[in-house]
Amino acid sequence: MTFLSLSFTLLFVVVAMVLSLWLKLGVERDLVIASVRAVIQLLLIGYILKFVFASHTVLFILAMVALIVGVAAWNARSRAKTIPGVIWPILAGLVATEIATQAVLLGIGVIPFQARYIITISGMIVGNSMVAAGLLLNRLQREVTNGEAEITMVLALGGTPKQAIYPHIKQAIRAGMIPTIDSTKTTGLVQLPGMMTGQIIAGADPVQAVRYQLMILFCILAGSAITSIVIGFLTYPRLFTSYQQLIVPK
Amino acid sequence: MEQIAMRFDNVGVTVAGNRLLTDVTGTVHKGRTVALIGPSGAGKSTLLSLCNLLRTPSAGSVYVEEKEVREWPVQALRQKVGMVFQTATMFPGTVEDNLAYGLRLHGQSLQNPEALLENVGLSTDLLHKPAAELSGGQKQRVALGRTLAMRPDILLLDEVTSALDIHAKHDVETTILDVRDRFKTTLFWVTHDLDQARRVADEVWFMAGGSVIEQGPATSLFEHPNTPELKAFLSEEEEETK
Repeated sequence: MTFLSLSFTLLFVVVAMVLSLWLKLGVERDLVIASVRAVIQLLLIGYILKFVFASHTVLFILAMVALIVGVAAWNARSRAKTIPGVIWPILAGLVATEIATQAVLLGIGVIPFQARYIITISGMIVGNSMVAAGLLLNRLQREVTNGEAEITMVLALGGTPKQAIYPHIKQAIRAGMIPTIDSTKTTGLVQLPGMMTGQIIAGADPVQAVRYQLMILFCILAGSAITSIVIGFLTYPRLFTSYQQLIVPK
Repeated sequence: MEQIAMRFDNVGVTVAGNRLLTDVTGTVHKGRTVALIGPSGAGKSTLLSLCNLLRTPSAGSVYVEEKEVREWPVQALRQKVGMVFQTATMFPGTVEDNLAYGLRLHGQSLQNPEALLENVGLSTDLLHKPAAELSGGQKQRVALGRTLAMRPDILLLDEVTSALDIHAKHDVETTILDVRDRFKTTLFWVTHDLDQARRVADEVWFMAGGSVIEQGPATSLFEHPNTPELKAFLSEEEEETK
C-alpha cells in the first residue's frame, strides 16, 4: 500500500467529522487528535520495529517488551489513582502474564525467539491484559465503596482483611475477565480477529492464520486470568492499614 | 476497687486537618454501661471506633484492659471488643449462617444457635429463614447475636436502635440489657435518645465539638448539668421532644 492510497482512507475520518458537525456531537477535535496520534504513533513504531527486527539484538527486544509493559501499566494505573502504590501490583500482573505466556510459546517451540514474534505477540497479550487490569481496578474501587459497611462488619468481627474483601475481589476479578471470555466465545462469528485478518490479507493460508489466531486467543485468555488474579490479590492489602482498617478509595 | 475495661488518655483524632476528637480522657469500668450523648458530629462514633481499632488515634492512647489498643493482636482485640452498628448488615444466607458468621471467620462453629437466638429474644423458628427477609428489628437482634456469639467482654453499640420503630427499639434495648446482666458485659453505647440514656446508663459522657464536655453518673448529670453546653443541649432536646 502506498502512502498516497493510505492518505485516501483519511476520507473516512472526514466523513465522521462531517457527521459529528452536522449532528453537533462535539467530537470533531477528538477525531482529529485521535487520527493524528494514531498516524504519528504507528509510523514511529513502524520505523522502530524495522530497526529492531533488523538488528537481531536481544537487548532491543527486551527493551521493547519493557516499554510495552510499562506503558500498559501506566495506562491501567489511571483507572485506580486513588489506591496508593497500585502501579506495583499492575506491573507484577503484566510481567507475570508476559513471562508465563512467552515461556510456554517459546518453550514448546510454537514461536522462535525472534523480535517479529516476541514483540508483536507481547503487544497483543499485554494490550488485552491492560484492559482486563483497568476493568478489575475500576470494579474493585466500586466494590469497596459500595461494600464498605459489609467489609467493616467483617473486620469488626475480627476477620482478616482477606476474609473481609474476598467476595469483592472475586467480583472484581470476574469483571476483569468476562469481556475477554465473551469476545473469545463469539470470535469468528461476530468479528474476524485482527491478526488473522492481517495474515490473510498479506496472502497467508487461512488455516495457518487461524492456528496462529487460536494461539493468540488462548494466550489472551490466560493473560487476562493471570493479570486479574495477580493484580487482585496484590492490590487488596493496599486497601487496608497496618491495623487492618479499610481505606475507602475517594 | 473496680476493674478498668477501657481507658482514654488525652485522645485526639485528626483527619485531613480536621480535628474529630480533642483531648478525650476517661475511664469505663468493667460491667458498667456508659452512654455517649451529644449533637451530631460531636465525635461519639469516632470515639467508639477507636476502642476496637477501626480507627487509630492521632494523639494520646486508648487502653483496653490496661493494654494499648495498638499493642493488641488486632483479631484478638476485635473478638474481645464487639461492635454493633446502626444498620444491621446481613450476609447472604440464613439467620443461622449469620449468627455463626463471626465464629467461622476464626475457624470455629456455633454450638447452640437456638440458645443464642433465644438470648436475643427471637424465636428459634427463624433459624433457617433467609436473613434478608427479616424485619429491621429482627435483623438488629441477629446482628447483636452474631456479635455476642464471639463472647465479647466489651460491647460497642453505635446508635443500634435509632433506625427502629418504637416497639423494635424497646425489644432490642431489653435484649441488650438482659445480655449485659447475664454476661456482665461492659457497654459503651452511643445514643441520640436521651430517655434511652437515662434508662440504660450507669454513667453518661456528653460530647460536643470532638471533646467530652461533661461526664458523670446518669442520674445526677441529667438532673444537675454543670456546663452551659450540656444545659443548652438538654433544653434543645427537651424543646424538640415537646
